[in-house]
Amino acid sequence: MALLDAVIFLPLVGFLALLFVPKDNPQASRMGALVISLLVFIVSLGLLGPYWYQYPTGLTTETNLPWISFPPIRYHVGVDGLSLWLVLLSTLLTPIAVLVSWKYIQNRAKEFYAFLILLEFGLIGVFVAYDLFLFYVFWEVALVPMYFLIGIWGHDRRIYATVKFFLYTMAGSVLMLAAIIFLYNRTGTFDYLALRDMVQSGALSFSPREELLLFLAFFGAFAIKVPLFPLHTWLPDAHVEAPTAGSVMLASVMLKMGTYGLVRFCLPLFPNAAHQCAGWIAALAITGIVYGALVAMVQPNMKKLVAYSSVSHLGFVVLGIFSFTQQGLDGAVYQMLNHGVSTGALFMLVGYLYERRHSLEIAAYGGVATPAPNLAAVFLIVTLASIGLPMLNNFVGEYLVLQGTSQAHFSWAVAAATGVILSACYMLWLYQRTFYGRASESLSHHMPDLSPREWAAILPLLILMVWMGSFPQTFMPSISVQNAAILEQSKVRNVGQAASLRRVANPLGAQLAKLPQTEVAGAR
Amino acid sequence: MLDNFMPTGAEYFRVLPEILLTLFGVLIMFLEAVLPESAKTILSKVAGVGLLAALAAAYFTDPGKAFQGMLVIDNFATFFRILVIAIGFLTVFASSDYLRREGQAGGEYYMLILFSVVGQCVMATANELIMIFIGLEISSIASYVLAGYLRDDPRNNESALKYFLLGSFATAFLLYGVAWIYGATGSTNLTTIRGELINGNVPIVMAATAAALILVGLAFKVSAVPFQVWAPDVYQGAPAPVSAFLSVGPKAAAFAVLLRVFVGGFGPLADRWAPLLWAIALATMTVGNFAAILQSNIKRMLAYSSIAHAGYVLVAVTANSNTGSAAAMFYLAAYAFTNLGAFAVVAYFSRKGERYVTISDFEGLAERQPAMAAMMTIFLLSLIGVPLTGGFFGKFYIFKAALDSNLVWLTVLGLLNSAVAAYYYLRILVVMYMKEPGESMQDLPPAGAAMKVAVYGSALGTLVLGIFPAWVLDFATKANLR
Repeated sequence: MALLDAVIFLPLVGFLALLFVPKDNPQASRMGALVISLLVFIVSLGLLGPYWYQYPTGLTTETNLPWISFPPIRYHVGVDGLSLWLVLLSTLLTPIAVLVSWKYIQNRAKEFYAFLILLEFGLIGVFVAYDLFLFYVFWEVALVPMYFLIGIWGHDRRIYATVKFFLYTMAGSVLMLAAIIFLYNRTGTFDYLALRDMVQSGALSFSPREELLLFLAFFGAFAIKVPLFPLHTWLPDAHVEAPTAGSVMLASVMLKMGTYGLVRFCLPLFPNAAHQCAGWIAALAITGIVYGALVAMVQPNMKKLVAYSSVSHLGFVVLGIFSFTQQGLDGAVYQMLNHGVSTGALFMLVGYLYERRHSLEIAAYGGVATPAPNLAAVFLIVTLASIGLPMLNNFVGEYLVLQGTSQAHFSWAVAAATGVILSACYMLWLYQRTFYGRASESLSHHMPDLSPREWAAILPLLILMVWMGSFPQTFMPSISVQNAAILEQSKVRNVGQAASLRRVANPLGAQLAKLPQTEVAGAR
Repeated sequence: MLDNFMPTGAEYFRVLPEILLTLFGVLIMFLEAVLPESAKTILSKVAGVGLLAALAAAYFTDPGKAFQGMLVIDNFATFFRILVIAIGFLTVFASSDYLRREGQAGGEYYMLILFSVVGQCVMATANELIMIFIGLEISSIASYVLAGYLRDDPRNNESALKYFLLGSFATAFLLYGVAWIYGATGSTNLTTIRGELINGNVPIVMAATAAALILVGLAFKVSAVPFQVWAPDVYQGAPAPVSAFLSVGPKAAAFAVLLRVFVGGFGPLADRWAPLLWAIALATMTVGNFAAILQSNIKRMLAYSSIAHAGYVLVAVTANSNTGSAAAMFYLAAYAFTNLGAFAVVAYFSRKGERYVTISDFEGLAERQPAMAAMMTIFLLSLIGVPLTGGFFGKFYIFKAALDSNLVWLTVLGLLNSAVAAYYYLRILVVMYMKEPGESMQDLPPAGAAMKVAVYGSALGTLVLGIFPAWVLDFATKANLR
């Protein structure tokens, strides 16, 4: 359908157009980027059409054209209840990222906005690609602009951070490429829907070892991107060094590429292996939740604190996915969006503070609430959303994840719930140290309150936080029906076979049998 | 009886590209002698016209055999002929500004390029070991001279001498191998050799020895480990446009020979040579990539990177299948544009006497010459293997072919290698985009028109192969070697 193609290619056209804006006119680049990104957002709202008071499963919009004749790679893109919200998240956050960079990016503004719009192209593509090869193409395309955004406009250690970011992602994705080629060689198609149907109907089956290796190849690429403990070490570096807009796009949208990949590809294509590894993955996710929260608590650097809180929050998402329950999966997907909204907002606010005082150290602040009451109020709302206060967005997602997880394994939920408590500790403590107390003389002088532009950038996110927290039914049913379908597809194919699999593939044998995942959730 | 040995007109037409190139080469020598000094800038254009004419001739020749089956013009040959002629064409454009800058804009340079391309065309079409040898020599001797073209520069002298000594040594191995297989089968024709090997009336030891010796000779030409040591010194010392040419043209032709000899002629012996090539491919990728990480001179780094890329192509040869050959051909085409472009940017940037060739000299290029930096970015992303560039599809096809042939470990190790490689290519992106301009940027002139043609043309080729790979791949797939 033409609408979806417009959403995908408008950013690319915009990127090319921005290249021709004169270099010495940064205002034109800014305005151009804002107009393009707003236009993309408005057009993308059209994708909501089929979801207006109805909740279809499967693709509601689709384009399937040949791209390369041999091997048959197709431009196959589509939108379903899962992709829809992630696409909208990308298109919403891009204009916001343009707005937050308005003053901050003065050096080489033209290139900055060009890369930002190119990034949007890659991100949207990842969420709508239904051809594995096309997916891989977008996956890598999104990597390049982010590399430049961090490397050129970042802080002091930007080069180290950006090279680390690139190499981590690259290392993960080459193995995914190998797995994609393997799937193609086995089946003769890259089409995700065709592959999924083959797996569902049993026309395509793997030996346990093959399935495990394929699953791990995909999972590795996604887990690095999420990032799942212990593959998260690139994230704090990348976040701390990135410019505000880079952090916002990275946290809000780019990390979702990983979790989206898990839901979209890992579960339906390799259900047996996914169940088989669920215990290990849940253990890593819970470790990440607790570890991320504990490390966040001791950070003297605000951005690093928010970055580690992301590790913690994303742990919930992974846990929800691998609980294999409807609530868990619903919560996980909802939490992807919540994290995009609230952590994006947090990074923006940290960026606002940085623009005023040029420091990310928490110790450099204190008493900000006196000179800048509006900023303080907004920060408080975002903080409360982030720690999961009821009526605000994160509460819904975290609650569903914990409920779903407790249905599968009560002990997992108990362990993960500590993360919720810890998040309240580090966020409220951050808030207290930054905004309360007595403002120093120098700080009060350089702490103007929110400007209209800053209001314009943050307001949509504030509205969304309340909306998503109070009326989740606006979003949830379309996600839920899609998740139900995915859950159905990711049932263990043959329980008897799966049981024997587990014995064969587990090097730790008996030791592992004690772990909770022996009760395969699908058996419930 | 004698009539049978007289070639027909059609056979002459099949070698029209070679004939045209030779004629234009001779014409350039002649013009060099008679033209006044001021009119000699026309010589590069004459070379360009000659190459274009040859390109058209290569494209339109009808397939068939020539000269008693010594040459065979099939899709495979046509592909490689077009490729090496196009490489020559872009090299001429990349060279003319450079030579003028160095004050050495003589006609013999272009003549040597044309003759080297003639040799490569012969290598691409030869179906006969002696013809392969002749083509190799025509190409190599011209290349040896080109490597030392700026004869007052000691780096050029070192480069040419090393290339010549080691190159002749390797050619001797090749010739020795030819002698063995002639002794074993009584023929130097690859089709006959293949037939004899299939029939099994050849002593296996003799055939294997011959294959090993020929492999040594060709491994040298494609700079495969352990015969790669010459490449960094030669590429570093030679004038930058010559390095560009050497790293793609002779290499592509040598791979054409490697494919034709091993996948074609020695195909029945595959279970003997495939494990050997497996190890060579892995060693070549790994040594090239890890050595490239340590380099500070950009030409040297590109030299090691070209060794690594030869390793990827060897993976495709190891696959020993039609898809493998097609993948190798596609890769060589994509790599030719990419590497030629990268070296052309280096040639542009280095200034008179090649003063600026360390990686750190590129600091801040994006601020001073954003268009050139953007082109270099395309080349580097293609070398890394990022989608929508030719380099990506090249790697993709190669590893797909490798998995088709069940080379799982080679694929995994090769892909991990390409992740390692990203590191040193990223270093150049880092200095170009993320550092402040330094002293090396102060007298950087804008690129001349000819250089722009070479760089933009290469970038266009890289992107077209990355977005519409089917155009080239379809052609390569039709080239059946077996």
